[in-house]
Amino acid sequence: MTDFLATIGQHAFMQNAFYAGLLASVACGMAGTYVVVKRISYISGGIAHAVLGGMGIAYYLGLHPLLGAVVFALCSAVLLGLVSIKAKQHEDTIIGALWAVGMAIGVIFISITPGYKVDLTSFLFGNILLVSATDLAILCGLDLLILLLVLVFYRQFQAICFDEEYARLRGIPVEVLYILLLCLIALTVVILIQIVGLILVIALLTLPASIAGLGSKKLGSMMALAFLYSLFFTVSGLILAYLKNLPAGAMIIILAGIGYLFALGLKSAVTFRVKKNALKLP
Amino acid sequence: MQKIVSLDQVYFAYDQRPVLEEINLEVEEGDFLAVIGPNGGGKTTLLRLILGCLAPVSGSVRVLGQDPRNIRSRIGYVPQHSEFARDFPVTVEDVVLMGRIKPGSLFPRRRAADLEAAVQAMQSVGILELAKRRFGTLSGGQKQRALIARALSSNPLLLLLDEPTASVDSRVEKDIYDLLRDLNKRMTIIMVSHDLGFISSYVNKVACVNKRLKIHPAHEITSEEIISEAYDGAMHSLRHECRL
Repeated sequence: MTDFLATIGQHAFMQNAFYAGLLASVACGMAGTYVVVKRISYISGGIAHAVLGGMGIAYYLGLHPLLGAVVFALCSAVLLGLVSIKAKQHEDTIIGALWAVGMAIGVIFISITPGYKVDLTSFLFGNILLVSATDLAILCGLDLLILLLVLVFYRQFQAICFDEEYARLRGIPVEVLYILLLCLIALTVVILIQIVGLILVIALLTLPASIAGLGSKKLGSMMALAFLYSLFFTVSGLILAYLKNLPAGAMIIILAGIGYLFALGLKSAVTFRVKKNALKLP
Repeated sequence: MQKIVSLDQVYFAYDQRPVLEEINLEVEEGDFLAVIGPNGGGKTTLLRLILGCLAPVSGSVRVLGQDPRNIRSRIGYVPQHSEFARDFPVTVEDVVLMGRIKPGSLFPRRRAADLEAAVQAMQSVGILELAKRRFGTLSGGQKQRALIARALSSNPLLLLLDEPTASVDSRVEKDIYDLLRDLNKRMTIIMVSHDLGFISSYVNKVACVNKRLKIHPAHEITSEEIISEAYDGAMHSLRHECRL
């Protein structure tokens, strides 16, 4: 372990990896909470996979792939938001189509990019050890933007997640806010792709928030807890991956999965005991 | 007497399929109207027209003499409690406060006036001591009371309820009707209901809705004829559709 700490001190890439984990957890706690309570993980998955198209095009044009990812993520969030509002009955077909078409575009552009071929697996499964200082600055900016949106629209988002119809009756612009919420999730997805890649992104988005949701009484406290769980899984996943020389993204997700199962088991054990005690009462 | 709601020759259809035809309805101040009828007969559609969520294909809907969309802040709406996810992280107090939300309600802070209105609303339905509990942990009757408090927090003149006693037991059902009778002293109430034997002693008018609407004073409603009339209509139209 001391050996490990020494490594962190020596290598900038390890420090960057931890900063990236921290920044990702901030966004993950907030956006993940909305994905879980509004039950939109499928639509978020669609956005995550469509992002590969943007990254591929950015690579081909010689731009920063994060830029392509942000543009594509926001476009697909608006598109899917409109689809889900206007054509509810075809929603899952269209999400599925965008999901695959986005990836196909990405694969094609990456393959026709001349010169040095980028490794596709680092997009798909992430490579937290390759996060640069520029990446960190972009992640930091995205985090601030997400935090600001959540703060300003906290009550409005709460209202549309809890009871959309009532929010509409109160004159809240439900559709606009829903698309804004999807954009917020899209930005988070872009951040998380740096850490775990787009295939595993949904797990990191939903598992910490689901654990946090088991006992929370408020959206705000659920977000704070989800941030802490996400930070714990990212950091411990990173340490384990380093010690055992395993892929970091996959390690983080496995820990999150185990954590979720453990939390569910704990919760049902507690509920069972409460019920048993209640039955004992005269 | 002031007309709270008036519908004049209202016709409504979903994709060419008529749901409501020739609806004429006048609700006066202080009325407690029950809307009954078979499933698919148009009860909920009628409620949504009065709320301004739907616009009639032809005819007019007026609430306090205005387009309902312009006066929504004075209409309280209570949906069925069973539609809400049990695990949503929100306190009872926050649910009630959602009745006060406006497009300009930004940042998590809560204004003192909103909080005061929420406390009053919770008091009037008797759930003030549950304010800090998570909404999902309440019983069905308590949830329904919290949703009524949410509607009350905006000081409505008209309260609309969609089957408030669906999926609660009969003791709780009576409690809720008693509460509504109290509230009726200061506001007009329209309630969609599935059973009518019980409600006839609480309401003063009953509207039977089955594509068309027929209104009866409450004291007439005990007769089995009206009930079978309201529900038999459904059978007729069903046969009619099958033949087509």
